[in-house]
Amino acid sequence: MENIQDSQWPLWEVFIQSQPGTPYKHAGSVHGPDKSIAMQNARDTYFRRNEGTSIWIVPSNAIVASDPNDSDMLFDPSNDKAYRHPTFYTMPEGALNI
Amino acid sequence: MRLQQNEVLFLYTLRLADDALILGHRLGEWCSKAPILEEDLALTNIALDMIGRAEAILRYAAEVEGKGHTEDDLAYKRPERKFYNHLLVEQENGDFAHTIARQLFISTFEYHLYTALLKSSDENIAGIAAKAIKEIKYHKKHASDWCIRLGDGTEESKERMQTALNDLWMYTGELFEMDDINEWLHEGGIAADLRKLEGPWKTDIVDVLAQAKLTVPSSGYMQTGSRKGIHTEKLGYILAEMQYLQRAYPTAKW
Repeated sequence: MENIQDSQWPLWEVFIQSQPGTPYKHAGSVHGPDKSIAMQNARDTYFRRNEGTSIWIVPSNAIVASDPNDSDMLFDPSNDKAYRHPTFYTMPEGALNI
Repeated sequence: MRLQQNEVLFLYTLRLADDALILGHRLGEWCSKAPILEEDLALTNIALDMIGRAEAILRYAAEVEGKGHTEDDLAYKRPERKFYNHLLVEQENGDFAHTIARQLFISTFEYHLYTALLKSSDENIAGIAAKAIKEIKYHKKHASDWCIRLGDGTEESKERMQTALNDLWMYTGELFEMDDINEWLHEGGIAADLRKLEGPWKTDIVDVLAQAKLTVPSSGYMQTGSRKGIHTEKLGYILAEMQYLQRAYPTAKW
């Protein structure tokens, strides 16, 4: 990422919480010269239609992403471990809402 | 000329509505032309806030007028001399600094005006103020933040911001003018006492300009006229564009 030339301001990633207590979800990114303007830009770009109640913004270069070349090491081993899912229990009779 | 009570209230609501309508139109002119994408969205967002507010106030104005007009009639069929927006809001966008200076002056004014109107004895006006004040706080912060960054930015941005403030300063005196309509409605608890807003407005502006390392323009001649429907030449061009469709095709519907 860092060697891509961007003629605009620094990039920020925007995370939205749609309701109090729910996890923040990535909404997209915005440009902004500093925290305060980036926050306003995030609001104006992603919060115009009642999308949520809280915003996080993070400098894009502070995000550490997994390396696509490591995908086989990181993700494949979990493909064939069905026993890691909690699906091998017998449900007690009468417990309808678990 | 002796005005009836509803005529006085009608004229007052038009003043509130026209500031929002005309400034909304001006800010809309930035659409697709702002310095960067995010600011394009910000300015047009503010424009939409303004147009929404104008619609609400004009709807009430039409009700007060009692002649069967709609908010659209008032927006699209009134002649220039019957528009009562402040001269400040009809001024051209200019460069980005001029737009920010205009927004700083008007949003700081509106912040104090609508805070006062929250206590209006007219419940429609108080209700509109309660909704508007949240938007205005944001407009004020947006303009203040930009003024500070441009003033305390590069040599060029500082010079442009200072020029914009100096150019528009002569339109700020009018914001605090009280005429008979303001006096009557203030006595009735409906309108704000504008004289009391000037001090807090100036304090806020001085504070922002100090942070921006800019100079407060010296007060000289102040432009006036909008209370009587007398405007700068700029308004006619806005109305020509804004009202064209309804003038050319009077019953056209969306």
